[in-house]
Amino acid sequence: MSSTLANAVSAVPDARGRFGEFGGRFVPETLMFALEQLTDAYESAKHDPAFQDEFRRILADYVGRPSRLYFAERLTREAGGARIYLKREDMNHTGAHKINNAIGQALLTQRMGKKRIIAETGAGQHGVASATAGALFGLPCRVYMGEEDIRRQELNVFRMKAMGTEVFPVTSGSRTLRDAVNEAMREWMSTVEDTHYIIGSAIGPHPFPMIVRDFQSMIGQEIIEQSNEQIGRLPDAVVACVGGGSNAAGTFYPFVDHEAVELIGVEAGGHAKGLGTHAATLMHGQPGVLHGTFTYVLQDDDGQTADVHSVSAGLDYPAVGPEHSYWKDSRRVRYCSVTDNEALDAFYLCSRLEGILPALETAHAVVETMRVASKRSKDDVVVLCFSGRGDKDCAEVARVMTERDKAGRQKTS
Amino acid sequence: MNPIDALFRDLRAAGRKAFMPFLTGGDPDLAFTKDALTAVAAAGAHLVEVGLPFSDPIADGPVIQASYTRALNAKLKLGDLFATLKQTAAQPGWKTPMVAMGSYTLIYKRGAAAFIQQAKAAGLSGAVLPDLPVEEAEEFAKVAADHDFKPILLVTPTTSPARAEKIVKACGGFVYVVSIVGITGERDRMPVAITDMIARLRNLTDLPLCVGFGVSKPEHVTELRTLVDGVIVGTAMVRKLEQAGQPGQREKALTELKASVQALVVALNPTP
Repeated sequence: MSSTLANAVSAVPDARGRFGEFGGRFVPETLMFALEQLTDAYESAKHDPAFQDEFRRILADYVGRPSRLYFAERLTREAGGARIYLKREDMNHTGAHKINNAIGQALLTQRMGKKRIIAETGAGQHGVASATAGALFGLPCRVYMGEEDIRRQELNVFRMKAMGTEVFPVTSGSRTLRDAVNEAMREWMSTVEDTHYIIGSAIGPHPFPMIVRDFQSMIGQEIIEQSNEQIGRLPDAVVACVGGGSNAAGTFYPFVDHEAVELIGVEAGGHAKGLGTHAATLMHGQPGVLHGTFTYVLQDDDGQTADVHSVSAGLDYPAVGPEHSYWKDSRRVRYCSVTDNEALDAFYLCSRLEGILPALETAHAVVETMRVASKRSKDDVVVLCFSGRGDKDCAEVARVMTERDKAGRQKTS
Repeated sequence: MNPIDALFRDLRAAGRKAFMPFLTGGDPDLAFTKDALTAVAAAGAHLVEVGLPFSDPIADGPVIQASYTRALNAKLKLGDLFATLKQTAAQPGWKTPMVAMGSYTLIYKRGAAAFIQQAKAAGLSGAVLPDLPVEEAEEFAKVAADHDFKPILLVTPTTSPARAEKIVKACGGFVYVVSIVGITGERDRMPVAITDMIARLRNLTDLPLCVGFGVSKPEHVTELRTLVDGVIVGTAMVRKLEQAGQPGQREKALTELKASVQALVVALNPTP
């Protein structure tokens, strides 16, 4: 590490919640009180050993941490280059990394004396994680979910309801994750006195991007410990998918000051390059404000948020966490995109070679991991944050593959 | 003198209160926006707030968001809205000040100076940016001051006294007092705490205090009359825009909009 502590890449955000020029708070005055209260509660929790012990205990006993770092031998052979390791967040209770943050924020909710939680969800994994935390802590929970996502993620809707959560269908705008965030923020403005909003990604106004990153940072910390144990050093490259970017933030953050480790974020390239056909915000967006934070946003020339598309409901988001914008502009992380079709192929490749069904979000990162590994030497190590399991996507993959086959047959006939 | 300052100077001298309707620009179309602005001005509105449609307005309730969505679905561009406002304000005898209400990202996209120049050229005298809290408003307020354009900030029931002091210092034109915890929309009655809040603000500033969010009925206006310098009514007005978008309803919606403004102006200023 050549940088000193004060100007290290990790020394963000500042007191105003800025990651370089990104982040901050662009919210109605009504919410400022709640955000200041949350900032204070989090600062005191962060330095309270009792809080941290309780968080760690639940992660160990209930979530099943640490998650394994697994050498994927057959994917490695297939790529024909660097050794590929999977950080198995899919093996957490509820099947994805989202539970880490939901547990942390539910503990904060209790600490602030609030009685109820709300959340938004895209793929449903954060909704399930929040519903789980709600059940575990006895907090009534309501999850906002776009109608289109409710259709795509039937299984997760069932899981949330089974745990006693109210799934609130969002019918405004594009009926996906972005509209679910709008609705959850709106509700929070009128219920802020007794309700905490468990935001699911490293997005939104300060202090959310910092809190979510911190509550996911055990992913990167465990990779450091486990790779030191298993290979005797740090990995050469680390890959994670980026929608809002919470699994990537938690994976990358403990690595950003280790300059020799290449960090690669993978966005959803959808099915084309034009606005509205992908969700690759860092590849094609411009700075602007969405959901209370200043960050890269997919937008038109008037500043209206663009429609997005991805086969993966969890990456279907027209902005990105502000820390990723900072890492992009400071060039600490390289961002790239992977198309719907490539991700679908990787879903099957990983399933057949490793016996592990990846979430469609994770499948995007599998594609880039294979590319990176194939270009690197056999002595190198690439770690992939295996953010979630694919069970939730099976019905949607089957549907999309049938359509793809039909289209393929029409083209050839 | 900025038209907003002139308006409140005259109203205060006459012991009258400002009635300020909110209308979404471009809903259902720009021709109706011009007709509606003209109608509410003729009906006695003292100042009009023009909503700049945005795709993701987190401060607004479902009625206003739906209105923004209708305008954007009709391919509204901000430049075209400005052109319509300019034509409206160029009508002979026009003297009703107009302010914009919009999300900060629309301003950031154009750049604060360019936005303010275009807005002023369109006849706007200030802007309410509900998602730009005072901590982030410094640069916009500075550019606005250079152009005699009023940055209108909001104070809410959850605002601490220390913040309220900062906000009124950075604010121009009038202070937008949010009456309830929550988003824009109609409520059955006004909350009691508003009286205390207004009293505290009077100690901090001489700026006019105008109340919005949750005001919709003449009874609300009557309750507020003695306390404030003006009231802002949004959602109830926007419902008329929705109606105007229905086949054959334009004229009826315009007539009802006018009648509704007249009733609220009278409720606010019962003695002529």
